[in-house]
Amino acid sequence: MSKNSEFVKFDKVDKSYDGKVLVVKDLNLDIAEGEFITMLGPSGSGKTTCLMMLAGFETPTNGEIYLDKNPISNIPPHKRGIGMVFQNYALFPHMTVYENLAFPLRVRKMSKEDIDKKVDKALSMVSLSGFENRMPGQLSGGQQQRVAVARALVFDPAVVLMDEPLGALDKNLRESMQYEIKHIHESIGVTVVYVTHDQGEALTMSNRIAVFNDGKVQQLSSPDKLYEEPVNSFVAEFIGENNRFSGQVTDVSKDKCKVKLDDGSEILANPITVKSNGEKTIVSLRPERALINTKDKMENNFKGKIEEIIYHGDHTRVRLNLLGNKDFILKVPNSSANMDIKLGNQINVSWNSFDARALDPK
Amino acid sequence: MSSETQKILTTDGIPLEVSLKKAEKKNKIKAFLLVCPLLLFLIITYVFPIGDMLYRSVDDRMVTNMLPKTYKAMEQWDGKDLPEEEVFEAFYLDYKKLVEEKTFGKLATQLNFEKNGFKSILKKLKRKMKKFEEGNYKEQIMGVHKRWANVEYWRALKRRAPSYTYAKYLKGIDMYENEDGNIVQVPEDRRIHKILWLRTLEVALFVTIFCFLMAYPIAHLLATLPMKYSNLLMICVLLPFWTSLLVRTASWMILLQQQGIVNDFFVMIGLVSDDNRPEMMYNKTGTYVAMTQILLPFMVLPLYSVMKTISPSLMRAGKSLGGTPFVAFWKVYFPLTIPGIGAGCLLVFILAIGYYITPALVGGASGTLISNQIAFHMKSTLDWSFASAMGLMLLAGVLAIYWVYNKLVGVDNIKLG
Repeated sequence: MSKNSEFVKFDKVDKSYDGKVLVVKDLNLDIAEGEFITMLGPSGSGKTTCLMMLAGFETPTNGEIYLDKNPISNIPPHKRGIGMVFQNYALFPHMTVYENLAFPLRVRKMSKEDIDKKVDKALSMVSLSGFENRMPGQLSGGQQQRVAVARALVFDPAVVLMDEPLGALDKNLRESMQYEIKHIHESIGVTVVYVTHDQGEALTMSNRIAVFNDGKVQQLSSPDKLYEEPVNSFVAEFIGENNRFSGQVTDVSKDKCKVKLDDGSEILANPITVKSNGEKTIVSLRPERALINTKDKMENNFKGKIEEIIYHGDHTRVRLNLLGNKDFILKVPNSSANMDIKLGNQINVSWNSFDARALDPK
Repeated sequence: MSSETQKILTTDGIPLEVSLKKAEKKNKIKAFLLVCPLLLFLIITYVFPIGDMLYRSVDDRMVTNMLPKTYKAMEQWDGKDLPEEEVFEAFYLDYKKLVEEKTFGKLATQLNFEKNGFKSILKKLKRKMKKFEEGNYKEQIMGVHKRWANVEYWRALKRRAPSYTYAKYLKGIDMYENEDGNIVQVPEDRRIHKILWLRTLEVALFVTIFCFLMAYPIAHLLATLPMKYSNLLMICVLLPFWTSLLVRTASWMILLQQQGIVNDFFVMIGLVSDDNRPEMMYNKTGTYVAMTQILLPFMVLPLYSVMKTISPSLMRAGKSLGGTPFVAFWKVYFPLTIPGIGAGCLLVFILAIGYYITPALVGGASGTLISNQIAFHMKSTLDWSFASAMGLMLLAGVLAIYWVYNKLVGVDNIKLG
């Protein structure tokens, strides 16, 4: 069976609540069958609205959403066959775990034996066998979360939507649930559309990530590409840590450009969005791509003064004053080689022009 | 466990329990003092009046104390034939004393409750008594009026002998203790209380149902609308609540009367002809309409407070899992509102069962309730003990309903707000 690469398709979708502001602008998004796609963005960026339109709780103001090539705008939510895990789990508090899971099966008029079998299977999938007769209120947050996941999957939906499902859990539990959901996805191959504002979660779990801002998809690509090759300064800023230099392009060649910074110094960078001389730009550099006192030959070499040292266990974060940027962050692995990091010291910092991405100024 | 391990000492060597009590004592006294005003208030305004009511409803010492000699003499009487001369003499002496003290009127009233016609023969006796000669009182009294020679009246007198009586309770359910001491129903044409009890229950039940049917959508809308609209709606719900009860009832009178606005409207749209306007007031319809409107907020508020806590994502979950909107409502939303329904229904029902002003004003003859009857006995006949008895029966009824309700729904499931 060949996988359908346009299993879910947003086609030129606009959404406005009040007729004045567009919450989602011209959204075009294809989701492949069996894919784990994450919609990532700050709150108010339109990602939850997209999810709600897909689930059928909001109607697109313009455009159409297709599910397996069928337009679904006029299909009510209960006929779409899309499973959903809600932010606060939305378990029915007056029903036992068994009844919660049996609900979607009962409304589909399945026989008692089939229901029992499916509920058993779903509960063992989230390792909650034996909890059938508990009420949701008697479960811990993580257990409730698993019941919610099991309930969204128990009726074998084609697509499962998850709306910040781990937001209410503490850090450790959140991380273990991330793996658990990822493994469930891998083992049953269901299409998952996941919404979160937590970039760590998105990077860990997804096949592809759609970064939302201002009602638009800023970048849609795999987690590593998103981190290594952000296409604009919003994505660079939003995903991971980022050192920024603002300046003006003075010379552009094929894969290199010279940028004159505000303090007068010039650096070499990788032109991504800049095209011509005189353009304003923001150069983005990941902290781990800048090295100190390295013996390798690199194109950019500068001296910076250490302003602050923050100890993080496995690495140390060093804040430098470099080329007029007082918030230049370096990540230094904790090894015996880096003993001369002291407050106020001048150190050499170098990086390759390829890693310094000259993006839009915004 | 051995006794040694059970006795735990504090570091100072005092037993832990003693130490704990000592430490908690101050807090307990403080807590008690804080609760004290409420406790006193409850005792003075609730326990005491109800106790007094209970006492009044069975207290029958007034007649007993007015006729001490008579009842002493009557102890020997078997109640079959007319009593002997000594009973008549004792009655004469007692009554003479009452006439001198000018308190005989009370006796006449009380005895008239027991048997009609007592009042007039007592008044006649009072007039003729001045000319009585000493001795042979039986002849003289029987000569005043022929009813004095009727043994029924003497039996009625004897029935009032005990200091305490449950006769008022029997009267409340249209029963009485007849001459032979059997409890029987009063003649059919005089059974008014039973009708009133049933009507009261019926009205309370239907008002509760109407309130529920109207309040549920309102409360749902209140709980789901955006804040700025729901506040406005809330004020619309509460505005009548803040208006005087009398004003509201009076406005219903203006609306519902035969020449009123509603009837005018019906005639205008041609629903009814001008000479055949329906009566919507001074009957049960008027009571239903006005009471439903007045008690509606008591249903809306508990329902609203429960619905407000139900997350909208539950309904969405129900729908996304494949339930039609109706199934999602019926299986998910409705069961979660049951605590509010319970609280609202109980509140409205209990208020409706004892409602007084509205049925008195718009109820007419066929729309008055048991509370109006109680008020009638409080104000007009001054038979306070009967009014107390009916009040207590009403209270017992409400408690019984509460008990049944607790068995069915469980009081823990009520949520008043």
